[in-house]
Amino acid sequence: MVKIKIDNQELEVAEGTTVLQAALDNKIDVPYFCWHSKLSIAGNCRMCLVNLKGSPKPVISCRERVREGLEVDTKSPEVKKMQQGVLEFILLNHPLDCPICDQSGECPLQDNYFKFSKFPSRIEDQKIHKPKAVPLGPLVTLDDERCIVCTRCVRFCDEVTGTHELCVTERGGHSTLRTYPGAELKNPYSLCTVDICPVGALTSTDFRFKKRVWFLKSADSICTGCATGCNIKMDWDDQIVYRYRPRENEAVNQCWMCDEGRLTYKFINDKNRVLEPLVKKHGEFQRVGWDEALAFTRKRIPREAHEVSASSCVGVVSAQASCEENTALVKFLQQVSKEPVFLTTKKEIANPSHDDFLIDADKNPNSAFLKVLGKEISYARHFPKEAVVFVLDNLTEAQKKELVDARPKLVVWLASNLWEPSHWADVVLPKPTFAEQDGTFINRQNREQKTNKAFAPRGLARPVGEVLREIRLQT
Amino acid sequence: MSSILNNNWNNPRQREIKTAMANGAYASLKKVFNMQPVEVTEEVKKSGLRGRGGAGFLTGMKWGFIPKNSKKTVYLINNFDESEPGTFKDRAIVEKDPHRMLEGMIIAAYAIGARTAYIYIRGEYYRQWEILEKAIAEACREGFLGKNILRSGFDLDIYQHRGAGAYICGEETALLSSLEGGRGYPRIKPPFPAIEGAWRCPTIVNNVETLSNLPFIMNNGAAAYRKFGTEKSPGTKLISASGHVNKPGVYEVEMGLPVRTFVEEHLGGVWKGRKLKGVVPGGSSFQVLTAEETSKCCLDFESCAGCGTSLGSGGFYVMDETTCMVKMLQYTAKFYEHESCGQCTPCREGTGWVSQIVRRIEEGHGRQRDLDLLIDVSKNMVNGRTICVFADALALPVISYVTKFRAEFEEHIKLGRCSLQNG
Repeated sequence: MVKIKIDNQELEVAEGTTVLQAALDNKIDVPYFCWHSKLSIAGNCRMCLVNLKGSPKPVISCRERVREGLEVDTKSPEVKKMQQGVLEFILLNHPLDCPICDQSGECPLQDNYFKFSKFPSRIEDQKIHKPKAVPLGPLVTLDDERCIVCTRCVRFCDEVTGTHELCVTERGGHSTLRTYPGAELKNPYSLCTVDICPVGALTSTDFRFKKRVWFLKSADSICTGCATGCNIKMDWDDQIVYRYRPRENEAVNQCWMCDEGRLTYKFINDKNRVLEPLVKKHGEFQRVGWDEALAFTRKRIPREAHEVSASSCVGVVSAQASCEENTALVKFLQQVSKEPVFLTTKKEIANPSHDDFLIDADKNPNSAFLKVLGKEISYARHFPKEAVVFVLDNLTEAQKKELVDARPKLVVWLASNLWEPSHWADVVLPKPTFAEQDGTFINRQNREQKTNKAFAPRGLARPVGEVLREIRLQT
Repeated sequence: MSSILNNNWNNPRQREIKTAMANGAYASLKKVFNMQPVEVTEEVKKSGLRGRGGAGFLTGMKWGFIPKNSKKTVYLINNFDESEPGTFKDRAIVEKDPHRMLEGMIIAAYAIGARTAYIYIRGEYYRQWEILEKAIAEACREGFLGKNILRSGFDLDIYQHRGAGAYICGEETALLSSLEGGRGYPRIKPPFPAIEGAWRCPTIVNNVETLSNLPFIMNNGAAAYRKFGTEKSPGTKLISASGHVNKPGVYEVEMGLPVRTFVEEHLGGVWKGRKLKGVVPGGSSFQVLTAEETSKCCLDFESCAGCGTSLGSGGFYVMDETTCMVKMLQYTAKFYEHESCGQCTPCREGTGWVSQIVRRIEEGHGRQRDLDLLIDVSKNMVNGRTICVFADALALPVISYVTKFRAEFEEHIKLGRCSLQNG
């Protein structure tokens, strides 16, 4: 540890820390753009300039290491003037199209301007114009005029993904972000460049112009795209999820997430959501109220469990569902049946994407929990004949075929989405997605991670536990 | 006229190694190879030789920064990216006496322990590249380059690397980025190249003229070298003289020569019998001197610094009384706007803005408040606000032109045209 002073405030900080880090750790606001904790130091934005006692020239605090007795000045009139000068330069050719910019409202450039400058621009000449909507790849669109050439995105592609798609071309005020000739920004993490862009230059083609960010509410959650369980912020408004953003968790995903996982939010808003209970009548599903659907189900569950054969009640637990949903199904069946049979299901896709960073080939967020559950209950391989079956989430194609062949007495499907024609089910009970209820998922590292309820369940969807309890109480 | 560098320039065959050797080229090597490398460095330190590329840093001291006992490869780089507007002296050395420079490179490489040296040559210097290719081949044939030079056990290979036309690549760390195949962006210092340079190895970057001084120093000793010039600026300096004078050209002068004497005696005075208006002694990156200021200024590092400018790379240009200073500044600003690499915010945006304002004034659309704006914007660009000193290289001239010729700028704005021309 070394003793330093920032703005006459005495601090004890770890050796090797940078002045900027020391300031931020102690809640001293030093503005910056190009510095990022996970990337190399470029030192090009010049926003974090501070004065050191005894030094004839200002230094960039993002690169200056602390040393015993260092006295740093971040607030004097001279430093303020430097900060205003740099901000004026950054904004000089900036289009100031905040009213139509997606970054507006969560823009460090806006924030720093209001915190550190608030001076009107003195430019009276023509600004430099650049292209406004350049697709850099399938998911990222560049607004070149807004770019402040901090090179965070370039360094991300060089240092984190190692894919080297981006570069700066041209010189001076005409400096332009581009992909290398023949290259496209399509690495599996390309949308992270949008996260780290400190201005509205890199935009997500998916989110672009969809929503003003100040209307968005945010819930801390977990990506359910694969077994990694990247920590996310789920941004939503009016029961619609607009985007996921990675939430920092050094142990799981640092501050990144993959594009594939990031776009999995769409199933929450999908048209195929089940919003009302459905009961099959004359071979067709018909929308009914909860009362009718539950009565229909209840009637077909054996009255007294001991009268029926041991294999007559079946529960299919799912690696897609939360720990709470799975547990609720297990408990329910253990209560209504003497010897219930359990099967497992999961999402299976051919040739799943995977890498040695964040993308796991197991596209289920809760596989680890099924293993935990397997210590208490044993899983059967096949459906018993003529049973009453409760299915959580979905079945694999093979399971569906087998289920039909087993001629079940009743199939109750607890689902959030109707994925495809579901001739194999008799009753569909709508359940909320993980966005609409609290939950727990266990990731590939066996970390238990919570998802928080963002908004009320859509339509008439009700949590699995609540529905099953109601069936049980009146059985 | 005393000289160290240009004594064989009048010989049209000096480029050929036989002629050059007859005139003493490569003669110092025998002596050098009998010395320890550290003794060579000591001799250069004693000579007080200062870098001729613009900064005037002590050459021997720079060499001394190479880490001792480092296991990394050491590189020598000869900075021949001469691009400063007004400077064309390195070109003269290479065209007139390339072997002197190569000899200097061998001495420097021996002193710092480099086995590989590069000449980073300005892209536009194609003919000079050809001359050097030939000279290097000749030197190899004569055994001055390659393996076991003069049976000393010392090996050296010299390669030429052509730039692609960017002024910034003359800045030593941008040069290294470019040499490595990257974009010519200057690097943050420290680490200085002597510690971590080309391919992260210890590297010394020296200017053509600096290296060309070494044969004289090693042949005649530091004391003989110190007989030229001043105490703190020993030796001679090549001055590229251009502008409104009767005899422009490359001149070798002893350090400390008064500017007025240089103009009157060497350059034959201001042309067409006109009066002197201003002089830029060190190249376009430095402050302009008014006619009065030139009477106190001498051509050495200290005197120029004392007059608020710099000897720089000796890009000496003279302006007569008919010169429009607004136009002059516009040319200068345009150059820096075009050449800013765009890495740091103040330079990327500031050079363009300054250039725009000056252009507007020149074209007759200036406002009186523009002058204070120019000075304030320039002050926001200087003194450590950026990674390299490129921004200073525009800001300092801007401040000097606007301050020293303010009345002329004001008149230009008022009239909406140059006050020195009729109608």
